[in-house]
Amino acid sequence: MSKVRILVGTRKGAFLLESDGMRQKWDISGPHFAGWEIYHLKGSPADPDRLYASQSTGWFGQLIQRSSDGGKTWEPVGNKFLYDGVPGTHQWYDGTPHPWEFKRVWHLEPSLTDPDTVYAGVEDAALFRSTDGAHTWSELSGLRGHGTGPRWQPGAGGMCLHTVLLDPSDPARIYIAISAAGAFRTDDAGATWKPINRGLVSQQIPEPTAEVGHCVHRIAMHPSRPSVLFMQKHWDVMRSDDSGDNWREISGNLPTDFGFVIDVHAHEPETLYVVPIKSDSEHFPPEGKLSVYRSRTGGNEWEPLTRGLPQSNCYVNVLRDAMAVDSLDACGVYFGTTGGQVYASADSGDNWSPIVRDLPAVLSVEVQTLP
Amino acid sequence: MIRVVLPAHLRILTKIQAEVQLEIEGPVTQRSILDALEARYPMLSGTLRDHGTGQRRPFVRFFACEQDLSHDNPDAPLPDAIATGAEPFLIIGAIAGGVS
Repeated sequence: MSKVRILVGTRKGAFLLESDGMRQKWDISGPHFAGWEIYHLKGSPADPDRLYASQSTGWFGQLIQRSSDGGKTWEPVGNKFLYDGVPGTHQWYDGTPHPWEFKRVWHLEPSLTDPDTVYAGVEDAALFRSTDGAHTWSELSGLRGHGTGPRWQPGAGGMCLHTVLLDPSDPARIYIAISAAGAFRTDDAGATWKPINRGLVSQQIPEPTAEVGHCVHRIAMHPSRPSVLFMQKHWDVMRSDDSGDNWREISGNLPTDFGFVIDVHAHEPETLYVVPIKSDSEHFPPEGKLSVYRSRTGGNEWEPLTRGLPQSNCYVNVLRDAMAVDSLDACGVYFGTTGGQVYASADSGDNWSPIVRDLPAVLSVEVQTLP
Repeated sequence: MIRVVLPAHLRILTKIQAEVQLEIEGPVTQRSILDALEARYPMLSGTLRDHGTGQRRPFVRFFACEQDLSHDNPDAPLPDAIATGAEPFLIIGAIAGGVS
């Protein structure tokens, strides 16, 4: 029978949650790296025993941990993230130039085919790649160097590159997203990049339809249809049918179109999930009712999924990397909250229950579907 | 023989139960101690000093002989009590609050 392993990154360590394909009883291990912030951990699609984790604290900086046995043991690997050449400046919060400074790794994206190749999205925003199992890292500096870099500026959480999507049909195509610069695409394996933000409208910036400057929170794709992208922007849920060249809004009847996460059903490319959050100053669900919203029509028409989720006095947030789906039938959907709960649905979102309730604030959730 | 005490998080990282003992040829300074420490435990590289600038990380402190040496020149000779091993070189994670 298939198994599911959930990789949970929190403010104070990593936790691994494992279950058989029924997804009713869970074994929990952790905290791994107790006391450290684990922004993200993810397994290699090519070798599910190979895991990578981003471990950091304000005291001792950034570490990268690697496991070759599915998370039973870990070893620290390379943590030298040096920008290529003279890093230059981006915009600071007050509009003045500010030097690029490495702070942490937000997201690790293992290659779809090679367990030793992994991408790291970092703050201040840049994309790094390792081809030796994370021992050494090189910046794909064409991203920062393509021209608009000096105009990028940090979002409230810092100027982070938080999303890395690898196109399963084209190894040379990668999508990334930066808060608050926007989305970018390379078609030549990272040598050159272009902004893909046409159609985004951000009323909070001086030029609402600017080429860059949009606070993209998350992008998702279905692997069977990698030219179709879905985006949760700071405000607005968006869709592109042409690899990000053009976007249109699909917020439809959502109670609020602010949020962080967005994901796609494993077997239904037009079924989407978001978690509406009241506003950018109140990072909690509307009316204290935690609801996942699902669209089965590729957007615009959304239904609330509340069964098993708290419907009163719930004031948690769901951060941008904290939702994932498994590939079992029926599709499992998982998300973690800043209140330390990890909720699971084994029936595509119809019913939910907490796997754990009292972890540290959850920063990321990833799922591995294992044979 | 130099004695070095690491903070708890870094003892876990390096799997060290107690203090580290180092032999250093030449002047005993903050830099020579940290260089020798990182040579023996490469995973410490970047955790005490920034990879890019080589500067002490802001919330790392160096104490010895009841003195805070954190702001001293990293190439300045350390007290004889450190060089002889009579006193340990303490690496501290600063008590600096936190957001979580």
